[in-house]
Amino acid sequence: MSSSPLLSISTFVFALAAFLYMAALIFKKPKLTLPARWTVVAAVVVTTAGILLRWVESYQMGIGHAPLSNLYESLVFFAWTAGVIYLFVEFKYKNPLIGAFVAPIAFLAMAYASMSPNISDRIQPLIPALKSNWLIAHVVTCFFGYAAFAIAFGMSLMYLLKTRNPEKIDGIIGHIPKLDILDELTHRMVLFGFLFLTVGIITGAVWANSACARLMRGWQGKQIAYLSVLGFAAVLFTYFGVNLLPGLHSYGKV
Amino acid sequence: MPINIVVCSIDRLSGSWKLIFTRKPKVRAERFTRRSDARTLTDKRDAEELVNVYEPLIARRYGYCTVTRSNDGAVIYGEKGRLSRLGVYIVHLSVIFMLIGGLVGSFFGFEGFVNIPEGEATDTIRIRNTGEIHRLDFQIRCDDFNLALYETGAPKEYRSSLSIIAGGKAVKQKDIIVNDPLRFRGINIFQSSYGKLPPEKMPRPETPAPGPSEAYTLNFTSRASGMSYTKTARVGAPVDIPEGLGKFVVMAYEADATFRGMDVGAALIGMLTPADGEAAEVLLPLKFANFDKMRGGDVMIVVDNQPQEKFTPQQPAEERYYTGLQVTRDPGVWLVYTGFVLIIAGCFVTFYLSHQQVCIVIEQLLKNSRVTFAGIANRNKLAMKNTTEKLFTAMTDS
Ligand code: HEM
Repeated sequence: MSSSPLLSISTFVFALAAFLYMAALIFKKPKLTLPARWTVVAAVVVTTAGILLRWVESYQMGIGHAPLSNLYESLVFFAWTAGVIYLFVEFKYKNPLIGAFVAPIAFLAMAYASMSPNISDRIQPLIPALKSNWLIAHVVTCFFGYAAFAIAFGMSLMYLLKTRNPEKIDGIIGHIPKLDILDELTHRMVLFGFLFLTVGIITGAVWANSACARLMRGWQGKQIAYLSVLGFAAVLFTYFGVNLLPGLHSYGKV
Repeated sequence: MPINIVVCSIDRLSGSWKLIFTRKPKVRAERFTRRSDARTLTDKRDAEELVNVYEPLIARRYGYCTVTRSNDGAVIYGEKGRLSRLGVYIVHLSVIFMLIGGLVGSFFGFEGFVNIPEGEATDTIRIRNTGEIHRLDFQIRCDDFNLALYETGAPKEYRSSLSIIAGGKAVKQKDIIVNDPLRFRGINIFQSSYGKLPPEKMPRPETPAPGPSEAYTLNFTSRASGMSYTKTARVGAPVDIPEGLGKFVVMAYEADATFRGMDVGAALIGMLTPADGEAAEVLLPLKFANFDKMRGGDVMIVVDNQPQEKFTPQQPAEERYYTGLQVTRDPGVWLVYTGFVLIIAGCFVTFYLSHQQVCIVIEQLLKNSRVTFAGIANRNKLAMKNTTEKLFTAMTDS
């Protein structure tokens, strides 16, 4: 099987996971979160295979490069990182419900990547400006940061849901972790995201300076501006917003 | 802002300095016993026995451990991660490094551009923004420029073979591509753009002026980027100029055009509509390729080769390119990089390490001892709660 159908399948598996979680929430059936968790595991496994296969295919086409070079690939990678970080949190803190707020985000990213008519899923050759080992370091760190923020966003929604009735111990709200634990978890996620986005920006800047001829003139202002990008809304904006700016963030030119 | 950071950091640091760098921290037991989450237990053993049991528990987990004995009991105190309090100052220091690095770069560095035709050498570059001329103490020679395309026509690689000539000798040779610059004496030379040389620089046989034709090959050179683009334009059909520079339409061919009373021979008359501005008529004499440069617009238009010639196959080997290089020097970059390392280290320390203190207060009563235990962390309080819980279990078990 080639990578494209594999990634379409993973879109549906993420959809199934999101659906199970939604059902768990809406029909107040905590039991459903267990199969949902394993569905996320399956989705992450399929996505991993899809990404690796796409990487291999690009080499078979003679234009080998890591699949991180356009909007389609970056959305898939985003869904993957969100899934991976979620699973890490899940197996560390053992609260499957967190996935209820992460799976839909991963699903939306995958769905947008594969369904939007403006996004091509063809493997394209790399433009000269992106041919660098820095690409992987830069994109991977940036996206780990983004995914952490996405999860922090999901946890904050849980927090808000929980505040409505913090004492309730049964039902679905009872399955949400306690407020102080959620608070701490969200805080950790934001710190993690902040650290990784910082590293991502730094790798971008070092890349720009050491390889692609755009120096850091007037850079400090930008640095601080980027560093203060904490909210998920702002994250979304920078992610899609970079496409509006001229430059080398090539996923803008789909 | 940097001043603000320095002043505030020094102000706060002078406060925490003693706390961080003291050999013997002062132990104020009430800080721990008064906490709402302090735990107590009673034990039949007397204070000295309990110290012997508890001290190893603390000493094993905490790098620093002291026991203070008094008449009515003992206090065991342990702490670790004191230095993690320095994390925020490292972050602040990193910002200062980056700012100074940026300043050093903008005062003592430069960023310029130069276009070098294949086979030629130069030591003068034009500084970006100001447009000043800057002389290097060596020459850059472009031995060759190659453009490789993918099958789709998208660019695959721009490669310039450069030689550095100093004191009349070639001292360094390197092929540069976009992500692989040449560095020489602290100066970086990046591949930045390229273009075809204007026709008059090309060794090409003279051809007689052609008559009117249906379509012309036009060459647009953007002034902002220095890039050249070739497009075919049919008479009357507007073409889009790349880089959003507007539209151009060839309106007519004139066999004997004049410009300000001067006879310029065969010429095209066109209409240029910039993206934001008024349309203007442009005259392009076929004989004078450089004519449109005089206009001083954002884009220079040259009628490339003449229509009849198009049908006789062109020898691409004859095409000459120039390479567009970016030449920079930034002596502040190592300061900025130091700042980068510090900010990552500082954030890591601040986010993931904490200063943890625990204290066991043992009061000797008549028949038994009362033990009060509590822990404090300046960050990651939830984790600290778990640690104190485990420690307390270990204490009750021993
Ligand atoms: C697929 C995703 C991405 C690709 C292919 C990519 C590519 C690049 C490239 C080629 C550069 C060097 C550009 C230059 O010459 O100036 C760069 C720099 C940079 N990137 Fe990205 N990037 C991606 C994602 C992101 C994201 C998500 C962020 C979000 C914050 C980001 C922030 C930056 C920053 C701040 C710089 C430094 C710019 C400078 O100092 O001039 N990038 N990126």
